[in-house]
Amino acid sequence: MRCGFEIIINAVHLHRNFGTIIFIIKGMMIAQKSIKLIAILVFSLLPLFAVAGEEVGDHGDGKEFDASELINGHIGDSHEFHIADWDGHPITFYLPVILWSDNGLTVFSSEKFHHDNTGHHVVEANGQEFVRYNEVIFYKDKFEALSEDEKGAFNLDVRPLDFSITKLVFSMLMASVILFLLFFAVARSYKKNDKAPKGIAGFLEPLVIFVRDDIAIPNIGEKKYAKYMPYLLTIFFFIWINNVIGLIPFFPFSSNLTGNIFFTFVLSVITFLITSFSGNKDYWGHVFAPPVPKALYPIMIPIEIIGLITKPFALMIRLFANITAGHIIILSLISLIFIFKSIFIAPISGVFVLFMSVLEMLVAVLQAYVFTLLSALYIGQAVAEHDHH
Amino acid sequence: MNFTAPESLIFWTTLIFVVFFILLKKFAWKPILGAVKGREEAINDALESAENAKKEMQNLHADNERLLQEARSERDAMLKEAREIKEKIVADAKELSVVEGDKIIAQAKATIESEKKAAVADIKNQVANLSVEIAEKVIKEQLSNKDNQLKLVEDMLADIKLN
Repeated sequence: MRCGFEIIINAVHLHRNFGTIIFIIKGMMIAQKSIKLIAILVFSLLPLFAVAGEEVGDHGDGKEFDASELINGHIGDSHEFHIADWDGHPITFYLPVILWSDNGLTVFSSEKFHHDNTGHHVVEANGQEFVRYNEVIFYKDKFEALSEDEKGAFNLDVRPLDFSITKLVFSMLMASVILFLLFFAVARSYKKNDKAPKGIAGFLEPLVIFVRDDIAIPNIGEKKYAKYMPYLLTIFFFIWINNVIGLIPFFPFSSNLTGNIFFTFVLSVITFLITSFSGNKDYWGHVFAPPVPKALYPIMIPIEIIGLITKPFALMIRLFANITAGHIIILSLISLIFIFKSIFIAPISGVFVLFMSVLEMLVAVLQAYVFTLLSALYIGQAVAEHDHH
Repeated sequence: MNFTAPESLIFWTTLIFVVFFILLKKFAWKPILGAVKGREEAINDALESAENAKKEMQNLHADNERLLQEARSERDAMLKEAREIKEKIVADAKELSVVEGDKIIAQAKATIESEKKAAVADIKNQVANLSVEIAEKVIKEQLSNKDNQLKLVEDMLADIKLN
């Protein structure tokens, strides 16, 4: 019952928001028809150059093009930030590798792996030997004894704990700094200017007010929303900017942070913790003493507890799946050119990539909105004071 | 999908997010939300006071109108009163003048009457005196000789006879 009701609420909110966003995009598109045409032309021709570049890069190994490897490489995490290939050599931004190994804290540059991801190149540091296999760092001696199935990231016995500043961590830091500077500037502009907002504040203030008036107040209520505003604003802008950064296809952006399930896991856990700690007597009473005959408690209580956990779980999967799916589609469309080995596919997939990119821009804000909205909704349920029937 | 170690991203996400959240809360959300709220309140206050001012203006206007009306009616009343007073004064004056005129006429008449009486009396006296004098003179003349005296007596006697 509660679940169905929730879905309806979500659907209503989503629908309303879709309308607004599509309307805005429509307006922008009509106003800039000629710009759009030029952009489509440029985007459809761009892959032609990409093909020319990739052909040079492919000369060395002469391997068959593997789309799933390329896509997995792009949507996953890595210890270094690959910028481009030039003349057969990769140009890479190397990030620090931080390991908590048997010999304690070990720090070295990811450059030491020499782009090796097959477990062959051995790196010596702090008196230990490490190898890297599919972006997971193992102890060399233990790695050699492993079968293929055991070479996974969750096999904690054979690898050091890895706290590296990976590509995604780097991207997250960058996003935080950008957002902080942006909103710090906005906050400062209010000190100087107490009239109507100007410049960057004029652009961001409507979004802040949108989060307050359309997400926080309707779901949490006029009385209690203020306490949760900082959190809702933070996740909204944090998810949004990371979604958008993931769509920009060049260094230092292009990382698939919000499409990483560990990232969405942490965010949904934070929402879950906030919801749980905000939960009042009614909320917990509904879980541990539901309004049913006592005989049904053994069934109802586990169901209610599962209900608590499915909510953040859905949050986690929704954001992860939406963003990853978008990235996979765009990368697949680009891979088509290499699969067909024909530059004449390039304009076609260029147009589709453009279409998908525009759609993903919408999804970027939409998923940030949905995550924030549902967090607000769950918090709202936890703090709601309703009289029992 | 290439998973690097999950603990890396979980650790850093938690750390970065919490620090980021605290920093933003302190340096961005608090001032921004405060400013937005403050401005909203200021705008609401301004609108409210504008509304109040409008109402006050209307009240003032109504007051003015009422005062004007009062002044006008007062003026009318005063004018009416003045007119009445004027009429009364005129009427009084007329009445008074008639009475006074009558009185004066009456006095004049009385004076004329008395003057007339006095004049008649005077004339009577004078006629009497004159008559006496004339009689005296006539008598003196007539009686200056004997013949005349006799004649007179005779006339007189004749008159008496006649009578």
